[in-house]
Amino acid sequence: MPLPIEMPKLSDTMTEGTLVKWRKKVGDPVEMGDVIAEIETDKATMEMEAFDDGTLAEIYIQEGEKVAVGQQIALLALAGDKPGDVAAKPSAPAPAKAASAAKAAPAAPAAPAPEPAVPVSHGPVKASPLARKIAAARGVDLTRITGTGPGGRIIERDITSAPPSTGKPAAAPAKRPTPATGAPAAAIPAIPPIPAGPNDRVIPLTGMRRVIAERLVASKSTIPHFYLQIEADAEPLLKLRAEINATAESSGRGKLTVNDLILKAVASAIARVPKVNAAWAGDSVIEYAAVHLSVAVAVDDGLVTPVLRDASSKSLREISEAVKDLATRARTKKLKPEEYQGGTFTVSNLGAYGIESFFAIVNPPQSAILSVGAAVKKPVVNAAGQIVPGQRISIGLSCDHRVVDGALGSQFLGELRGFIESPALMLL
Amino acid sequence: MPLITYRKALNDALAEEILRDENVVVMGEEVAEYNGAYKVTEGLWARFGSKRIVDTPISEAAFVGMAVGASMLGIRPVVELMFWSFAYVAFDQIINNAGCVRYMSGGHIRCPMVIRGPANGGTNVGATHSHTPENLLANTPGLKVVSPATAYDAKGLLKAAIRDNDPVMFMENTLLYGEQWEVPEEEYLIPLGVADVKREGTDISLIAHGRAVLTCLAAAEILQAEHGISAEVVDLRSIRPLDEEAILASVRKTHRAVLVEENKPFCGVDAQIASLIQEKAFDDLDAPIQRVSALDSPAIYSPPLEKIQLPTPARVVQKALSIC
Repeated sequence: MPLPIEMPKLSDTMTEGTLVKWRKKVGDPVEMGDVIAEIETDKATMEMEAFDDGTLAEIYIQEGEKVAVGQQIALLALAGDKPGDVAAKPSAPAPAKAASAAKAAPAAPAAPAPEPAVPVSHGPVKASPLARKIAAARGVDLTRITGTGPGGRIIERDITSAPPSTGKPAAAPAKRPTPATGAPAAAIPAIPPIPAGPNDRVIPLTGMRRVIAERLVASKSTIPHFYLQIEADAEPLLKLRAEINATAESSGRGKLTVNDLILKAVASAIARVPKVNAAWAGDSVIEYAAVHLSVAVAVDDGLVTPVLRDASSKSLREISEAVKDLATRARTKKLKPEEYQGGTFTVSNLGAYGIESFFAIVNPPQSAILSVGAAVKKPVVNAAGQIVPGQRISIGLSCDHRVVDGALGSQFLGELRGFIESPALMLL
Repeated sequence: MPLITYRKALNDALAEEILRDENVVVMGEEVAEYNGAYKVTEGLWARFGSKRIVDTPISEAAFVGMAVGASMLGIRPVVELMFWSFAYVAFDQIINNAGCVRYMSGGHIRCPMVIRGPANGGTNVGATHSHTPENLLANTPGLKVVSPATAYDAKGLLKAAIRDNDPVMFMENTLLYGEQWEVPEEEYLIPLGVADVKREGTDISLIAHGRAVLTCLAAAEILQAEHGISAEVVDLRSIRPLDEEAILASVRKTHRAVLVEENKPFCGVDAQIASLIQEKAFDDLDAPIQRVSALDSPAIYSPPLEKIQLPTPARVVQKALSIC
């Protein structure tokens, strides 16, 4: 029987390798120890030796392609193999075509990108029975998953960390595994909960709850988060708001909220530090020209993040009116999909609930989320070293470290504090 | 709870059942006046006399046959084999007579008997004294097979075996006779066919019987401490009847299984369990089932080699890591 040649694991941390160069062609005789290819790992380019004597019968991946460890890359015909043994395998051109089609997709696992990486796949996918069952329930395409189990086998954790395939939504709820079978669906934790007793309530997942769970598990398990916090003097901002609202009342216009002013400050700060308005795309980082702010709005059974489009070109009044409209329609579920998609940066404000500080989970595929606390009265040491009463607001920034580094995030928070403490600047 | 040895737990079980039921009789080589080759029956002859504790000649086929006949007439004999390896000369009595008579008599005749004794390797007594025939005997419909790992289980299972109306093959381990466990003073029974989760875990199931359970518990400690892997240890306790649900429930929870036994691998107990898991929990497996058993050769006489023949915690850990 011909022997499959697989992408070898050439370093401890190697999960995939790029075939840099084939040193043998189809039809070449191969002796044990011959270098048959050069493989680039995450660390170095190394020579791949043959472990058996034979003839290189088929090559399944082309130079420059990257595949998972354990994936079959070639076929070695051994002495005594009949031509039929080799011909019976899937012919080379078909997989090669699949490979070139797949190359159009991002090469590396692009967690926040809409599509996961598409590893080149030939022949049957190696996946555990459990992984197959969960993938079927979630509508995950196994050919798009890189296996991390022994020999590159796709196992449970590879499926649960993968977003469902687009265009092929998860199976209808009826087909989902019930909790009784113990199969974790998208966001149900791998550790099963204590079974519900007679007095407990089992609440079926709503579509919104499922999406929240899937997106946040994907975020927390694929995005390397880190967190920054800064405190700003809120007095100038509150004073400005009071002045504007005093006239608003007399002119019959709506009042500004603290959050409206924060959104304006965020848009202004992003204009100065545009690198935080970006997304990880696997093989690149996309920095967006427009500032589309996702604004977290709590609704009855969850939360939604309607998008304030082109926030940096809107006046305070325009921001206030747009957010009020979006929030109202979010609560009555009247938002259109395009009104909650396409955000580039999220602002979450729990100040109204009295929360002083917190850190939100990055809203994928974005790279940063701002967590705004309540403006609270507290003692402050002033420039003269005296303790005086002050109004302070605490602001947290959760970042995707692949895109936003500590210094960049700090620079952004510094600019933001500048606008909060000198709000007149953002009116320019 | 008092700590008592596995040996004492068996001795207490015998004494309690002799007192409870006048039909219970202990018989075997050196069980009476010599107090038992491994001292499991120590003190019983002095306490209960020659009618209840009966020394037999060195002729397993004869005295096992006698016990089969006695059991058909309502006596509940508990036959001690000095080693289970010696049962092989009595297989006709055990398999053809004890194992088949209930079926062949249309259910009219039963054999409420227990055959007990050590069935283990690892003590440098040579190939002919180190057999582990639990797989051979469990292959016979009509026989029950039990293999306790602790003093607590040994006592509760032996009492249940004596009260059972079918022939029960009770397999002990000389390496465990001197080990101590907590055993309650009040009476308890452990039903045959109920497995015991000796350690809860979430990542992998280590499934074993007899002394291999202790090997698994040691391996589970290493997996937790050195690799952060939470292993569940399932003790079968009874091989036939087999607690299929306990095995399947554990595998459905952890999605991985390493089966461990001191039996030989070929057609071993774990071959049966692997078949069960793949048939009934296939879609719950996240990795192939692995086995750790005695190395496939007659019990090795060389002490250093004998040590590595039986499953060790290190071998169990290695197999577990290969699928985690």
